[in-house]
Formats: sequence, structure tokens, C-alpha cells
Amino acid sequence: MADPRSADIKDQPGFRSIAIICLCVLYAPILILMIFSLNTGSLVTRWEGIGFGWYGSALLNQEFHNAAKNTLIISVTATIISTIAATLAAIGMTRVKPWPGLSAAFMVINLPLMVPEIITAVATLSFFALIAGTLGLNFGIGNLILAHTVFCIPFAYMPIRARLEDMDLTLEAAAADLYATPWHAFRRITLPLLVPGVLSGGALAFIVSFDDFTITQLVAGPGQTTLPLYIWNQIRRPMTPEINAISTILLLVSILFVSISFLIARRRAK
Amino acid sequence: MGKCVPDQPGKSAIEVRGVRKVFGTGDAQVAALDTVSVSIRENEFFTLLGPSGCGKTTLLRLIAGFDFPSEGEILLHGQDIAPLPPFKRPVNTVFQSYALFPHMTVAENIGFGLEMLGKPKSEIKARVAEMLKLVKMEALSARRTSQISGGQQQRVALARALAPQPKVLLLDEPLSALDYKLRKEMQIELKRLQHQTGITFIFVTHDQEEALTMSDRIAVMSAGKILQVGTPRDIYDRPAERFVADFIGETNFLKGTVVSKKSGIAMVKIASEATVAAGFPENFDPSGAVTVVVRPEHADLVADAAKGMVSGTLANVVYFGTDTHYHVKLEGGDDFIVRHQNSRSGAVSFEPGAKVGVVFEDDGARILRD
Repeated sequence: MADPRSADIKDQPGFRSIAIICLCVLYAPILILMIFSLNTGSLVTRWEGIGFGWYGSALLNQEFHNAAKNTLIISVTATIISTIAATLAAIGMTRVKPWPGLSAAFMVINLPLMVPEIITAVATLSFFALIAGTLGLNFGIGNLILAHTVFCIPFAYMPIRARLEDMDLTLEAAAADLYATPWHAFRRITLPLLVPGVLSGGALAFIVSFDDFTITQLVAGPGQTTLPLYIWNQIRRPMTPEINAISTILLLVSILFVSISFLIARRRAK
Repeated sequence: MGKCVPDQPGKSAIEVRGVRKVFGTGDAQVAALDTVSVSIRENEFFTLLGPSGCGKTTLLRLIAGFDFPSEGEILLHGQDIAPLPPFKRPVNTVFQSYALFPHMTVAENIGFGLEMLGKPKSEIKARVAEMLKLVKMEALSARRTSQISGGQQQRVALARALAPQPKVLLLDEPLSALDYKLRKEMQIELKRLQHQTGITFIFVTHDQEEALTMSDRIAVMSAGKILQVGTPRDIYDRPAERFVADFIGETNFLKGTVVSKKSGIAMVKIASEATVAAGFPENFDPSGAVTVVVRPEHADLVADAAKGMVSGTLANVVYFGTDTHYHVKLEGGDDFIVRHQNSRSGAVSFEPGAKVGVVFEDDGARILRD
């Protein structure tokens, strides 16, 4: 009930309707996409009946398999490398005496978040074209892994740094006081307490890499189709609910992944 | 386990020699410690007492190894430890925030120091069990540190710091986070642990009552310097400086002028024209304008104003249960408080507005350096 004396924002007039509108705009399209993945007909706009037929054909689709395999190879590798790099960077920037250039280093690490992605994409494409042209080097799928690793680093870096900054430095002092060498203090105290930060940083990096389109579209060579590129190619043809089924599968994988890392982080934090 | 023998000069456990600690550079330089020297004896409960910012925690951090002195030496049993990192010093710390490792159990916390020293598993297990018993925490050994109360965390922090049998235990205001009743309990507990283990305790606090009740000796600090080192009794009864008298307990200050001096006693004429006898510290030669201090409980009221050493009008009477405070406006204009211990039998009662005399106990009045 709207109580004019209440300072709670939930009691302000209009709160409920604005909230409902926001939720609809955010989730109704996704919900409709998921519903139509169960359509038995072959149109994504006309409902004919309920069934799992399109899931069956999606799972048997060889092109889908290849795209999923490429995506996983690129995302998992980029996630691991970028998370390690981000962890080292975060430690180097919070656990050392302030040095000249520290804020410049912070800028450099976070710059990819501010540069429009299409510019990074064009620059990366020209870079790989240049080394292919002058040095004759082409890393194949390695090109994509390299590009993904670079833009994943700031995403992995943020939660790890936040966790390090929140950590009570007295804990590391206490470890040193109890005869732990700097390496042991890191291994036994800092690192275990950092795990939730590393997990959420890694999860974020994975999601960002998993659904990247712009950079991948420009950098990918023949046979390097990832899932977002595959979906993009599909919708340029006459669309069937198979694309809805594939999208729903991706969505469920993402949700599963985020939930797991969230639960681990929460249990660790206790 | 050694016995604690206070008041008996023994070998020094920690010797601080001419230590300076400067923070910042250039114009922003601040001397947190200004050429401090002090010797802390073996098996002693030694307290660093002072207001916040006096340098007491800085001195503790230098002994622990979290900071390094700008100048001077810190000797542990004769060996200079000032350049060693904290993990190479046989000294352990109980932190103000306890700093228990949140991802370990109570037992793992207590065993951490021994583990880092590379002790065999069986020895660690036995020692942890012994420590748990010492701090009466046997039942909670498998708990996470987030699942126990503040008082219990305090005990675990103590056990963890004592487990490696340090030569010296440093305690940085460890009781400040506890409520009043628990703090009183832990004061007694700390004294018991110190007696039982025979380890030298260096205790930092800003609470003068805590310092007086627990310490064998106290060093009173202010503005980066140690002003006085002595037993609680010395510090309270014979403060060396005005700051010490003011910081510890309540004190009356009377302005006056020295008129004559003879074997440690000076005659001082105070504002009301009365002349009182006052003692003074050995290495101090008072002359001219001085401040005379008198503790409220070292003075008493007499009904006949003429019989008092000084006299005035009773302005206020405040009843505290155990004792009563009489606020006297002296003839010369100074305020003076007399504390009287209440008892069942015939205390003379005084009413506000009455003319009263104030007498000091023998040696009750002392002249102090400002």
C-alpha cells in the first residue's frame, strides 16, 4: 500500500508499475524465444503445437556441433589465460608499494572496456593481417584465442582486484608474524581467500568470450565459426524454430555456469 | 613453565635503544617515535600506555617487524632484530582485530605458526590440544572462526600467538572490541596466562585503568616519547610530569611560586596566599612559578576552615556509591576536588555552600614538570 509517510522506495507511487514494465522489456522477448523453441511448426512467428522436435534436429546438426566445439576451445582457453593474467596483475597492483606508473598501468588494463568494440575488432583484424602479410604468421584458431584473451582480461581483473582490496591486510601480517614466508603467506592465506574473486572473474571472462560477436566476426577465418557466428548465419536464411532451440540451449548453459560460480563464491565467502 | 617475578630486575627480553621512526618525506615528515629507549625485562607484563597517536602502536609494530626503525636498535635477548622480517622473529602478536584466518578452523588457526615452523604433525596436534585447554576452547576446536563469539575469537587469537612459544608476546589493544564485563574477565585471564606461560607480554592500551590493574610496569607515552617508566604504583603516586599525572587518574592542579627548598621538600606559595609543603622528583629542581598536583583521594575536608592547609567554599557534592566527590572553590579561585571513601560509620557530611578547609596527606602534594 502506498503510505505517504514511508521512506521505503517500494512504497512510492508508480514503483510497482515501473518495475513490471522493466521486467517485461528485459525478459518477455527471451521468454517468447524460449516458448517458440517448442513450436512444432516451421515458423518462428506462428504457433502450431508443442513438441521437442527442433531440439532433436539442433542436437543432431553437425554445423552446430562444430560451432560449439570451436566456441568451447576458444572460451575455455581464453578464460584460463586471461584469469591467470588478471590475477597476477591485480596482485601486482594491490600488494606492492605504490610505484610511478601504477595508475597508468590500471588505465592500460581497463582500456579495452572503454574502447568501442568495433574499433578493437578492426585493429585486431589489421594486426593479424599485418603479421600474416609481413611475417607469414597465422596461428589459425590461436588468432581468436589471442584476441579473446586480451578483451577478457579487464573483465576478469575487476572482481579479483575488488576482492584483494576488501581483504584485511592484517591477515597477511598475522601470517608473517606466525613465521610464514611471503610465499607461504600468499599460498596459505591470500590465495584461498582470493578464490571467490578468481571464480567470478573467470565466470565473467567466460561469458564475455562465449558470446562475443563483433571481434570474432572480423577475426575468424574459414572453419572457425563460433556459436554466435553460427546463429548469425542461420538468421540470414529463412528462420526455423531450430534457432530458438539452439539459443535456449546456450541460455541454459550460461545460466547453469553463472549459478555454479555464484554458489561456489557464496559458500567460500561464508 | 617459569614463574613470573615482578619487581625484581631480571635480564632484559627486549631492549629498545635510541629508536626513531619517521613517516613521510621532506616537509611532510612526522616523527612517530622520537628517540625512544626502554628495557623490558623477562617474564614481565609491560604496558605501553598513552593517548591515540602517541606512538605506542608504532613501537609495537617495530618490535613485531611490520615496520623498520629509521634509526636505532631493537635487541631481543641481546641480538639486534631490527633488520629482520617478521617471520624471522621469535615474537608473536595478538591483533586488535584478532586477524583470525576465516577459511580455517579454530584448531587450524592455532596450529598455523607451528606448521610454518615445520614442526612434525604429532607435535602440532599435541600443542594445539594443550593451547585449546589453556584458553578453555576444547569444545569448539572444529568450528570456523566466523562461528564463534567475539570473546571466543579473542581466546583463539591468544592461543594462536602463544602456541609457537614466542620469547615475547605483543598485544595491540586486544580488549578494546569487547564489552565491559567480558573485558574485565579477559584482564584476569590475560594475567593468568602470563603467569602460567612465563612469557614476556608487551601490552598496548590507551585505557589507564587496564594498565594499572594488569601491568608489572608501565611506560607512559606522549607525542612519540616515553615520559615515564615504572610500576603502576610509581606512575600513579609519583608521576614525573604533569602529562602523566593528568592522563592517569584524576588530579588537582594548583599554580604557585616556590619560596624555599630543603631536602626534597619545597615550600610553595599558592594563589590563595597559603603556603604548602610539596615533594618533587629527584632529577628536577623546581623554582619560580610551578604547578602543584594533589590527587583527590590524597586530600580531606575539615569543617574548620582555619585548620585547612587551604580553604574555600564547598560548591558541589557528588555521590558515587563507593565514594563521594566534594568540589571546593578555593579562596584563590582554583577548583579543587576531594574524594572521600564512603563507609557505614560516621562520616562527617558537608553541605554545599559551607566554608571548609582542605588538608593534604603527608607527601600528598607534589611539584611536577609541565
